[in-house]
Amino acid sequence: MLNYILRRLGAGLLLLVVVTAVTFWIFYVLPRWAGVTPQGMAAMYVGKAPTPEAIQATVDRLGLDQPIAVQFVEFLRTLIFGQEFTFGRQTVECAAPCLGYSFSTNSPVLPQILDRLPVTLSLGLGAAVIWVIGGVGVGVLSAVKKGSVFDRLAMGAALAGVSLPIYFTGLLALAFLVHQWGLFPVSRYVPFTEDPVAWYQVMLLPWITLAFLHAAQYARQTRAGMLETLNEDYIRTARAKGLSERKVIFKHALRPTLTPILTILGLDIGMVLGGAILTEKVFSLNGVGAYAIDSIVSKDLPVILGVTLLGAVFIVVCNLIVDLLYPVVDPRVRITA
Amino acid sequence: MRKRTFGFVALGAAATLLLSACGGSATGGGSESENEFDQGSTQLVNPSDKTGGTLKYAIEADFDSADPGNTYYGWSWNFQRYYARTLLSFTPEPGEAATELMPDLAKAMPEPNDDFTEWTVEIQEGLKYEDGSEIVAEDIKYAIARSNFNGGTLSLGPQYFSAHLDQDDHNVYEGSDPLAGFDSIETPDDYTLVFHLKDSFSEFPNVLTQLQTAPVPIEADKGELYQENVLSSGPYKFDGNYQPGVQLHLERNEHWDPDTDPVRPALPDRVELEIGVAQDEIDQRLVNGDIDVDARGTGVGPAMRSTLLDDEAVQGNLDNPYTGALRYMNIHTPIIEDVACRQAIMYAVDRDSMWRAWGGEPGGDIATNLLPPAIPGSNPESDLYPSEDGKGDLDAAQSKLEACGEEDGFSTTLAVRAENDNEVQTAESVKEALARVNIDVNIESYPTADFFGQYAGSQDFVRENDIGLSLSGWGPDWPSGYGFASKITHGDAIMETGNFNTSELDDPEINGLWDDALLTEDPDERAAIYEQIDTLVMENAAILPVVFDKSLIYRSDELTNVFYQPAFMMYDLMPLGVDRD
Repeated sequence: MLNYILRRLGAGLLLLVVVTAVTFWIFYVLPRWAGVTPQGMAAMYVGKAPTPEAIQATVDRLGLDQPIAVQFVEFLRTLIFGQEFTFGRQTVECAAPCLGYSFSTNSPVLPQILDRLPVTLSLGLGAAVIWVIGGVGVGVLSAVKKGSVFDRLAMGAALAGVSLPIYFTGLLALAFLVHQWGLFPVSRYVPFTEDPVAWYQVMLLPWITLAFLHAAQYARQTRAGMLETLNEDYIRTARAKGLSERKVIFKHALRPTLTPILTILGLDIGMVLGGAILTEKVFSLNGVGAYAIDSIVSKDLPVILGVTLLGAVFIVVCNLIVDLLYPVVDPRVRITA
Repeated sequence: MRKRTFGFVALGAAATLLLSACGGSATGGGSESENEFDQGSTQLVNPSDKTGGTLKYAIEADFDSADPGNTYYGWSWNFQRYYARTLLSFTPEPGEAATELMPDLAKAMPEPNDDFTEWTVEIQEGLKYEDGSEIVAEDIKYAIARSNFNGGTLSLGPQYFSAHLDQDDHNVYEGSDPLAGFDSIETPDDYTLVFHLKDSFSEFPNVLTQLQTAPVPIEADKGELYQENVLSSGPYKFDGNYQPGVQLHLERNEHWDPDTDPVRPALPDRVELEIGVAQDEIDQRLVNGDIDVDARGTGVGPAMRSTLLDDEAVQGNLDNPYTGALRYMNIHTPIIEDVACRQAIMYAVDRDSMWRAWGGEPGGDIATNLLPPAIPGSNPESDLYPSEDGKGDLDAAQSKLEACGEEDGFSTTLAVRAENDNEVQTAESVKEALARVNIDVNIESYPTADFFGQYAGSQDFVRENDIGLSLSGWGPDWPSGYGFASKITHGDAIMETGNFNTSELDDPEINGLWDDALLTEDPDERAAIYEQIDTLVMENAAILPVVFDKSLIYRSDELTNVFYQPAFMMYDLMPLGVDRD
């Protein structure tokens, strides 16, 4: 098992290097292919009235005139070993893992990401709890009550959830549930450690909105899986043996259905923790996703690389956890392994 | 069992909703305001000397920098005065007085020599930073030096000092003594500054209102990182938890002495700025009373604008001032070289249609001259290219085309910022109107962020892509003809890239008048020169004015001492307080 975990971690590490290289290529190399000079790139970070001197100083400071390979190796070296940066007459140590300083705000990237991470974790994990419980629960009930009014309504809602984008449902929820009817407070993030009740109140609507999108998929997937499993011979056998319906459904039918659910859950949580961009923007939550989109708009390369790397880390880690959970959920995997 | 499960779920959901509902309220507004529509544009609204409370701001986009020496956003210049005092200030009074200058850190207004190349200003004694140390003249000298002579390290702010001070190349971040050789500002004692300029500059006091004159002790400067915790000279200081892109909270600076500060009554106990809030959300929260001021100051977005204008009950809470900005179209002189061809365009456009593209009545007024109404020397009645109902004079346009040998019309490209819906619609209007005289316009959209750096403001790009027209907007750095128009019409302002004199107007007569203005002490005489420049720019047909912008601002009844400050193109933030009783 340890060998397996180490192998997976190694593969994950390799994946992170590849993701970093691809991101680097997209944001550093592609503009050059499009004819943007190092001075043109630097001009984006020197404000409204740039002087040639300021532009050249920015090129030098950011190393934009260095060969791409040198810039990439320098980025990796800084990430792994840290680096000293000079600001004015001051030298500042950026310890490893160092993601450098934002081109546009000069703020250190990693602390900025870490400051925003609690917002994203709160959003992603809270929503995941709702969409897993809600989605799987509705899926099970729909399968058990196949063809009933509940089933039709639930699947209709699920279809709506999958079809409607966050910026539609989110804005609608804000307009009516917050501003019109006052059922939820205005979204202004409060840390859990500061005031758990306020944290819960503020996060509930973003959770529900984000969960609505994902729960739909889980409900449909669970329902389909359950319907298939409920027709299996061993379910008929279980019923024939006189097991209670609750035991048949939850112990024998649901468990195998959960395996594919777990797979998509790993990916979904990884992606959401990497930044639920639309949800954060709609609800004005300053999480990693909002930071990512702002950095893309301002072409802030160190930040883009930082958040991309973080997103990749989450996806790799979540998938690893899911892989480790498979045998727990489905004993057949254990037997095969 | 099943019933019990459903019961539990239902109870949980109900509790959840109840708990949430307890925490929030969407009510706002309350009774109808006693104030009048647009009152804050020219008068003081809700006067009060009530202190205390928290004044809450929100904004969508972050500062360019929270460092007063390194910022060029209008709202930032206004907001940062909470923690950065400047040598001079605009007068905190509504109406015309708002644009007059007065001392802030200074003891009195600066004294010039005969030809305006040397200015002497004394600062008050006993002024203190937040750490209790004294503010001295050398700190102001250093603040100016670091913001303008830094080897490109701090590049975001204006460069008026580097353009006008009689100073050789200098970099404060090189060498052991940052001010060695920096002789263009002398500090004969701790309370006196003498500025030596390379040219006459009668409007130099306006530059002394800028945040770059806010003092910075040499030992406190951390280059680009100084913005993380600026040493306050004003009534408020950072509370130690500044998060770029998220929030900046200010608390009282106990070392600030109100008796030395005629500009800031500092009424609230605390000032909170929330950053990264979507504009629609800001508008909604403003109306609901959850925040007090949209820090951006340019008014509500299109969705809320129509809602508010349709609601009789809130008319007394609305102001509709000129923003001080002009929306206009550059006619690029190197591409459309013949002035008669450019004048044909001036005659052929449909100004009424362009005005509608900008939102009609609440969006602004049709502009037929260069200088916006609040600028001395502006004559909005002037119209060198009149037409019936503003629909264009096609006969005059045709005769101008014949005069430039293009009687069958010509083709050109109009560059527009892709993300700006109003500009895109204006471009469509231009295209349609010019087609009436066979001028074929090809509209090309470019990203806003790089519009001047790489596209319409890049000389090479303009020539390679035959960009004859481009749409822009411009606001003043200070409310005078020079503060507004020199950067967009003076030949010396033409740059290879990042060019804001985008039409590349380089007319000797106009350039000469700019120089004359800087030698003229009397503001009325300067205003007369600016009016002449305005007329000449129109004759040159290098700039086609579209709209004098107006904003629609929601003003809460709880917000006190509200008035519009044309110098910042938004409310004056310093006098604001809250009265929530």
